[in-house]
Amino acid sequence: MNILELQHLRKYFATQKAVDDISFEIKQGSIFGLLGPNGAGKTTLLRMITGIFYPDEGNIVFNGRKFDPNNDIRYIGYMPEEKGLYKKMKIGEQALYLAQLKGLSRSDAMQKTKEWFVKFEMQSWWNKKVEDLSKGMQQKLQFVTTVLHEPKLIILDEPFSGLDPVNTNLIKEEIYNLAQNGSTVIFSTHRMEQVEEICDHIVLVNKGKKILDGTVMDVKNQFKENIFQLGAKTDAHHLATYIFEVIKHQPEKLLLKLQHDSTPNDVLKYFINQHISINSFNEVLPSLNEIFIKLVEGTPEARQFEKAEVKS
Amino acid sequence: MSKISLIIKREYITRVRNKTFLLSTFLLPIVMILFIFGTAFFAASSKDKLKKIAVVNDPGYFKANLKTDSTRLSFDFAAGIDSVNYQSKGYDAVLNLQQDAAGRKFIIHSSKQIGIDTKRNIEERLDQAYENYQLQQKGIRKEILDSINRLSSGAYKIENRVTDEQGKSAEVNAAVNYGVGFGSGILIYITMFIFGAMVMRGVMEEKTNRIAEVMISSVKPFELMMGKILGIAAVGLTQLVLWAVLITVLSSAAAAFFSGEALQQASEAGKSMPMSGNNAAMAGKFAEMSKAFGSVNWLLVLSCFAFYFLGGYLFYASLFAAIGSVINEDPQEAQSLMLPITMPIIFAFIILSSNLNTPDSPVMVWASMIPFTSPIVMMGRIPSGVPWYQLLASMALLVAGFIFTTWLAGKIYRTGILMYGKKASWKEMFKWAFRKS
Repeated sequence: MNILELQHLRKYFATQKAVDDISFEIKQGSIFGLLGPNGAGKTTLLRMITGIFYPDEGNIVFNGRKFDPNNDIRYIGYMPEEKGLYKKMKIGEQALYLAQLKGLSRSDAMQKTKEWFVKFEMQSWWNKKVEDLSKGMQQKLQFVTTVLHEPKLIILDEPFSGLDPVNTNLIKEEIYNLAQNGSTVIFSTHRMEQVEEICDHIVLVNKGKKILDGTVMDVKNQFKENIFQLGAKTDAHHLATYIFEVIKHQPEKLLLKLQHDSTPNDVLKYFINQHISINSFNEVLPSLNEIFIKLVEGTPEARQFEKAEVKS
Repeated sequence: MSKISLIIKREYITRVRNKTFLLSTFLLPIVMILFIFGTAFFAASSKDKLKKIAVVNDPGYFKANLKTDSTRLSFDFAAGIDSVNYQSKGYDAVLNLQQDAAGRKFIIHSSKQIGIDTKRNIEERLDQAYENYQLQQKGIRKEILDSINRLSSGAYKIENRVTDEQGKSAEVNAAVNYGVGFGSGILIYITMFIFGAMVMRGVMEEKTNRIAEVMISSVKPFELMMGKILGIAAVGLTQLVLWAVLITVLSSAAAAFFSGEALQQASEAGKSMPMSGNNAAMAGKFAEMSKAFGSVNWLLVLSCFAFYFLGGYLFYASLFAAIGSVINEDPQEAQSLMLPITMPIIFAFIILSSNLNTPDSPVMVWASMIPFTSPIVMMGRIPSGVPWYQLLASMALLVAGFIFTTWLAGKIYRTGILMYGKKASWKEMFKWAFRKS
């Protein structure tokens, strides 16, 4: 079942098309990666999903019905890229306040806050003010306030920026847990190694358009270039053939690219016939990083200078 | 609990618990009372040391007529004193009664400045001595003149009775009306600035802390703005009520405390001063004043004050919120954008202070209708009586005005609060405000 469907969303600002006809679907319980370079339209897209902006055109279907920001907003938890909290407010009160604004009763909010504070070992922080916390601690608090009301859809924009590896793992674990318990997570970032590790499904946007959509495996297969790595002792004279092209040659290792109609079996046969003993042979799939750079590179950088005007 | 009431509660509680609020609420009245009573106390208790003044070159009639004040001044007509040796003979100053060429001017020599009070005191005594001398010359007895003066001064009084539409006439006291009108006008003026700026800083804080986006994913921008405005309005009302209570309690307590000693001393000092009236006259004046205060329709003034305080605050607070939403961290930007909003407030105050003597002049009537100036100007007019249709029109316009500014500000706010990096121009803000969404 799809928790969220975007149908032909458009959002035009005075000077540019921030989101230009984007459609995709997100399955419930999945961890979804929304990728794109700076200024691609990710934040605008997320703001439409969180009800901050209204789309100029297109529909958002949330949980099987047309998205109604006034009511559905309580099922969404949004952690924007620019994190912020009331600096002068005590931490416990802040968490309670934000949870109550999401529609929790005071007693529910209190219970949930306590649970999460215990889970993240934050109990002693309750009466501290936000301005007394380190940046990483603030980030943890921000994450707690985002998921406190058990949203069906959790939107995290760069959730790991500024976190140390220990806390990054802590939050990552929680993201997995939340997804396992039925929450859906939208994860927006340009840190590709995290996406590869965490996400089931990804969409890449650039210049307001969707340029890629699929599972991580699908996308990698789509962009594979028939590159294989062979573990074997080879010399230069072994490699004169039309079956493959050598990309990188090391005494123990060989990186090769298949030519047009050859198959991996042709490669193996070729080496076996030369009585070379093979230790390993495997396909090398491109990393998301490489795919990302390949797709995005070369597009004009005009969007780096976005006009700051927003329209709602 | 609805979201807006949650926001109001937070705004209210965080501000009321704040140290600055507590300090300004409780310290200000105390400081004010201490200041007023302190100055009264010191003025009353600071008595001049007796000044010994030697008088030389008496033309002949001063010695008999110049009265010595036992506590402050003593005149001595001893011979052989001049402006060189007076100090060595134990005098503070020497008064030379030889008139200079220009006429009625005497010279008093002293090592230190003699002070305004002493100078005036000596002048009064000299005038009196001269008067006595003249009376004697013309054959009039001083006692007879004094008794005539006593009878005639304050024998007649004018009471201004104003008849309203219902034919009911009431005594009015222009001075008290002036005071009450000016006082409430200035109070609205000051509180509008204080609490308007508080709204603006609150919005700026949310924006620069970057919590605005988190909040707006939970509540509507308009709810966030209104919650802040109403929460701060509640803070303002709390502070005004606390001030009123504290000032009443403290001033009556202070009056009771001081009246025992200082005021008695003050009245003693007053008694010994020749020109001030006697105690009975003073008491009469007090009675008159309290009667005049009683003539003010306090119920009307206070309820109108509450209305115009809230109305004026709501009218301007949303504009301050809109300004807060479009500026970034730079306080300089706030200054320049605030100017068009603070100008009408200052303008209203100028109208009030320069036209308060004529509360029914066209300028005052118009200024008390237009919502930009009405909260301040109308308060100046109310004590002296405003036709009810004007009052209703002014109130209706103010309500319509704040609905309009709130709507306008709401549209600017929802765009401005999420916009970073660049200051919005007036043109852009105008576009946000009037585009259809």
